[in-house]
Amino acid sequence: MSLEELTSYNWGIMTPEFIIVGVAALLTLIDLFMPKKQDRRILGWIAIMAVGAAMVSLAGLLGAAPESILEDTFRLDSFGKAFKFLLLAGGALVLFLAVSYKADEGMEEYRGEFYYLFLTGLLGGMIMTSSGDLITLFIGLELLSISSYILAGIRKHNLQSNESAMKYVINGSIATAITLFGLSYVYGLTGTTNLLAIAGTLQALADAQHAYLLGLAFLMIFVGLAFKLAAAPFHMWAPDVYQGAPTPVTAFLSVVSKTAGFVIVARILISVFAVAATEGPGSIPILYNMQDYIAVVAGATMIIGNVVALKQSNIKRMFAYSSIAHAGYILVAFTTLSSNFFYSVWFYLLAYLFMNLGAFAIIQLVEAKTGSTRIADFAGLYRRSPILAVVMGILLIALAGFPGTAGFIGKLNIFIGAFMVQEPHYVLASVMIATTVVSYFYYFGIMTQMFFRPAADDSKFTKIPVGIVVVLIITVAASILLGVFPDIAIDFVNENFNQFADFLQ
Amino acid sequence: MDLSFVLSILVFSPLLGIIVLAFMPKTEEKTIKIVGFLATLPALITAVGLYLHYLAGKDLSDFDVAKEWITFGGLQGAEAGFWAVNYELGVSGFTMLLVVLTAVVATLAAIASIYIKHEWKGYFMLFLLLEIGMLGVFTAENLILFFLFFEITLIPTFFLIGKWGYFEKEKAAYSFLIYNGLGSAVLLIVIMILFAKTGTTNIEMLTQIMSDPNVPITSGLKLGLLIALLVAFGVKLPIFPLHSWMLRVHVQAPPSIVMIHSGILLKIGAYGLIRFGMGIFPEQFEILAVLLAILGVVNLLYGAFLAFIQTDFKMVLAYSSISHMGIVLIGLAAMNEAGVQGAIFQVVSHGLISALLFFLVGAFYERTDTSLMENLGGMAKGMPIASGFLLAGALASLGLPGMSGFVSEFMAFLGLFEEMPWIAAVGTIGIIMTAVYLLRAVLGITYGQSHREFTGVVDIKGVEWVPVLVLVGLIVLIGVVPSVLSSPLQATLETIMLGLGG
Repeated sequence: MSLEELTSYNWGIMTPEFIIVGVAALLTLIDLFMPKKQDRRILGWIAIMAVGAAMVSLAGLLGAAPESILEDTFRLDSFGKAFKFLLLAGGALVLFLAVSYKADEGMEEYRGEFYYLFLTGLLGGMIMTSSGDLITLFIGLELLSISSYILAGIRKHNLQSNESAMKYVINGSIATAITLFGLSYVYGLTGTTNLLAIAGTLQALADAQHAYLLGLAFLMIFVGLAFKLAAAPFHMWAPDVYQGAPTPVTAFLSVVSKTAGFVIVARILISVFAVAATEGPGSIPILYNMQDYIAVVAGATMIIGNVVALKQSNIKRMFAYSSIAHAGYILVAFTTLSSNFFYSVWFYLLAYLFMNLGAFAIIQLVEAKTGSTRIADFAGLYRRSPILAVVMGILLIALAGFPGTAGFIGKLNIFIGAFMVQEPHYVLASVMIATTVVSYFYYFGIMTQMFFRPAADDSKFTKIPVGIVVVLIITVAASILLGVFPDIAIDFVNENFNQFADFLQ
Repeated sequence: MDLSFVLSILVFSPLLGIIVLAFMPKTEEKTIKIVGFLATLPALITAVGLYLHYLAGKDLSDFDVAKEWITFGGLQGAEAGFWAVNYELGVSGFTMLLVVLTAVVATLAAIASIYIKHEWKGYFMLFLLLEIGMLGVFTAENLILFFLFFEITLIPTFFLIGKWGYFEKEKAAYSFLIYNGLGSAVLLIVIMILFAKTGTTNIEMLTQIMSDPNVPITSGLKLGLLIALLVAFGVKLPIFPLHSWMLRVHVQAPPSIVMIHSGILLKIGAYGLIRFGMGIFPEQFEILAVLLAILGVVNLLYGAFLAFIQTDFKMVLAYSSISHMGIVLIGLAAMNEAGVQGAIFQVVSHGLISALLFFLVGAFYERTDTSLMENLGGMAKGMPIASGFLLAGALASLGLPGMSGFVSEFMAFLGLFEEMPWIAAVGTIGIIMTAVYLLRAVLGITYGQSHREFTGVVDIKGVEWVPVLVLVGLIVLIGVVPSVLSSPLQATLETIMLGLGG
C-alpha cells in the first residue's frame, strides 16, 4: 500500500476510534510517569472525557454517507454508527462507576490499567461495529476479550477475582477458537474474508455439498459467539465471572461486552448467512433453515436464565442470570428476523444498557457499604435511604418489563416482530412472556428486601460518590423517558439511520 | 368548548397528590391523611362532572382525546397511520359509570385509610398511583394504553398488600403478583397478536376490522384469542379455578385496599370481557356462551357453598365475591340485552356493596382485633349502628328488592332463562345459598353468642359515617331508580347487541 493510497482515505470517519486509541495510549504514558503514591482516579476522568469526545465526533459523522476505507475492512454505515453510540454510552457510564469504585485488596498498584483497559475494550467493540471484514471483526473481538480478561482479574490478591479471570480466559479462548474454526470454513468456501464479497459469492452457491459445509460453519460460529453472549447452554462461565470481577467490570461485561457480542453476531449472520443460498440462486437463505437452532438457543437461554436466577442469594450472580435471560430475549429478535429487526435489537440494547447499569450502580454502592454482595444486604434499604430504594425499584421494574418503562417498549418491539412475520413464532413469544413473569419473582425479591424487611443496621448512605449520582440520574431518567416517550428513540433512528437500509450495500 | 383535556385531568389528577406528599415530612400523620384524601377529590369531582354532562343531554364523545404517542419502526404501512399507538382517552356510557364508581370508591377508601397505622406517606403515594391506574384502565381507548394502566395497578397493589397487610401479607402479595402477572402476560400476547395482524390497537378500529370477513385472522385464531382473553380476565374476575390468589388478598390486605380491590380491581376483569371479549370477538363469544354460563354457575355455587362453611367473616366475603362474579358471567353468557345489562349492573352494584361490607369489616377489626365471626358474636350490643349497616349491606348483597343487588341478579337471570333455562335453573340454587350464608354470617355477628364484653367499644363515629352513608345511599338509589345506571348504558348496550347480531 503506497503512501498516496493511505492519504487518499477519508480517515475522518475513524475519528471516534482515533480519539479512544490516542487517549488510551496517552493514559498509559501518564500512568508510567506518575508518582507511585498519587491517586490514579484522574485517569478515569480523562477516560470519561475521551469517551465524551468520541461521542461528539460520532455525532458529527451522523450525516455522512456510508463509506468504507482500508480495502473495505472498515466501514461506517448506519448500523455501525447506531451501535457505536450504544457502546460509547455504555462505556461512559461504566467509567463513571469505575471512578467511584473504592479500591480494595490488591488493586491500588494497578489502578491505572483499570481505567485504560476499559478504553481498549471499548475500542475493540467499536472496531467490531464498523467491520467489513472477518479479520477486523476478529481483531475487534480479541481486543475486547483480552481487555476483559485482565479487568476481571485485576484484584490480584482476591481469590474470587482470580477464579473469575481464569474461567473467563479458558472459556473465552475455547469459544474464540471454535468461532475462528467456523470462519475458516467460510473463507475456504469463498476465498475471501471481505463480508460483502463473501455475501456475493455465497448468493450464487449452487452446490448442495457446499451448503452443508456452510451449515456446519454456521453452527460453529454461532456456538462460539453464543459463549460471548452467555447464551444457554454456553452460559456457565457468566455467573462465576460476574461474581468475582470488580463491580464496574461486571457492569462492563454485562452491557458493553454483550452489546458487542450482538454486534458481531448481527454482522456475521446477517451479511453472510442471511444471503447464502442453499440450493442455487434465489433459494431460501441458509439462515432461515437454521432458524430453529437459534430459536432453541433463545428459548433455553430465557428459561435457564430466568429460572436459575430465582435460586441465587448473591446479587451479582443473580444479575448474571438476569443478563443471560435478557440475551435470550434479544435472540428472539434474531430468530424472527422481522422487518424491524435492527431497530428492535438496537432499542432493546439501549434500554438494557440504562436499566442494567443503573442497577449495577446501586449494587456497587451497597457493596461498598456492607462489604458483601448478598441479596440480603438490601434489607431495609428503604429505611436507610428511601431515594436509593425507589430508584432501584424503578430500575427493577424496568428490567422486569413493566409498561411505562423502556424495558416494556423493548419487549414490545420484539413481540411485534415475532408475530408479524410470515410464520409467527407463537411458541417462542409465549416462552418469552412466560419467563418474563418468572423474572418478576426475583426482581420483586429484591424489592421485598428493600421495602418490607427491616435493616440490619440503620446507618444512612452519606456521601454518595458523584460518579454514581451521575449514572443514577441518567439511567433512571432514560429508563422512564424511553418508556413513556419511545418516539424519541424512533425519531432519532429514522432521521439518522434510515432503517439501517445500507447494511448490505 | 374544547373539553378534551378533561379526561387527562381526571386520570392524572392524583399525581398532584403524589407530588405534594413527596415533599412532606413523613411523621405528620394527620396532614398526610388529609392530603391523601383531598387528592382523590379532583378525580371524583371530574367524574361527577362527566355524569352531569351526560345528564345535560350532551355527547360524551366531547371528551375524547387523541394525541400521537408511540410509533413502531421499520414496518410496512406505517405511513397510513398504522403501527402507531396513540394516547387516546375516551368515555362511553358504560365506562363513565365505571369511572364514577372508581372515583367514589377511591375517595371512600381514602377515608377508610384512617386505620393505617404506619408509613402513611408511602401508603398514600402508592394509593394514589393505584387510582391513576384504575381510572386509566377504564378510559383508555386502545389496548396498549389499557395494558399500561392495567400494569400500573399491579405494582402499587403489590406493595400495598405486602407492606400494610396482615399476618401473611408477603405471601398474599406474591400470589397476587404472579397470578396477575400471568394473566397480563396472556393478555399481552393477545394484544400483540392483534396488533401484529391488524396494525392497530384502537378498540373501535379493531372492532370494525374484526367484523370485516377479509381480515387475515382465521376464525380458529379468533377463538384462540378469545379463550386467551377469557383466561387473562378470568384471573382478574376471578373465574374458578383461577381464584385462589384473590382469597389471600381479601384476607391479608388492609381493609381500605380490599375495598378498592374487591370494588374496582376485580371489575376490570368483567370490563375486559365485555369490552374486548364481546366487543371484538362477538361471533366467537357466541360459541363460548354455554361454557361461560356453566363457568358462571360453577362460580356462583362454589363461592356460595364455601362461603357457608367459613369461620372468618373476611373469607365469607371473599367467597361471596367469587359467587357474585358468577352472576356477571351468567349475564354475559345470556348474550341478550337483559343479560348484559344485568352483568353490568352487577359490576357496579357489587363494587358498592363489597366496598361497604369491607369497610365495616375494617371498622370491626379496628375495635376488636378480630374478624372471626365467633369472636365478633353479639356485636349488636356493642356497635348497634354498625351492625345495622352490616345487615343492610348483606341484604343488598343477597338481592333484597329495593336495593341494587336485586336489580342486577334479576336481570342477569332473566337473560339466561331466556337462552339456557336449565343452566339458569341450576344457578338459582346459588341465589338461595347466598341468602343462607350471608344471613348465617351476619346474624352470627350481630346476635350470635357473645364471648366477650364489648364495653368501651365505640360505635361508628366521625368520618366513618361518610363511607357508610354514601355507599348505602347509592345502593338504595340504584335499587329504587335503576335508570340512573340503565339510561347511560343504553347506547353501549345497543352497540354490543349490534355486534352480536341481535
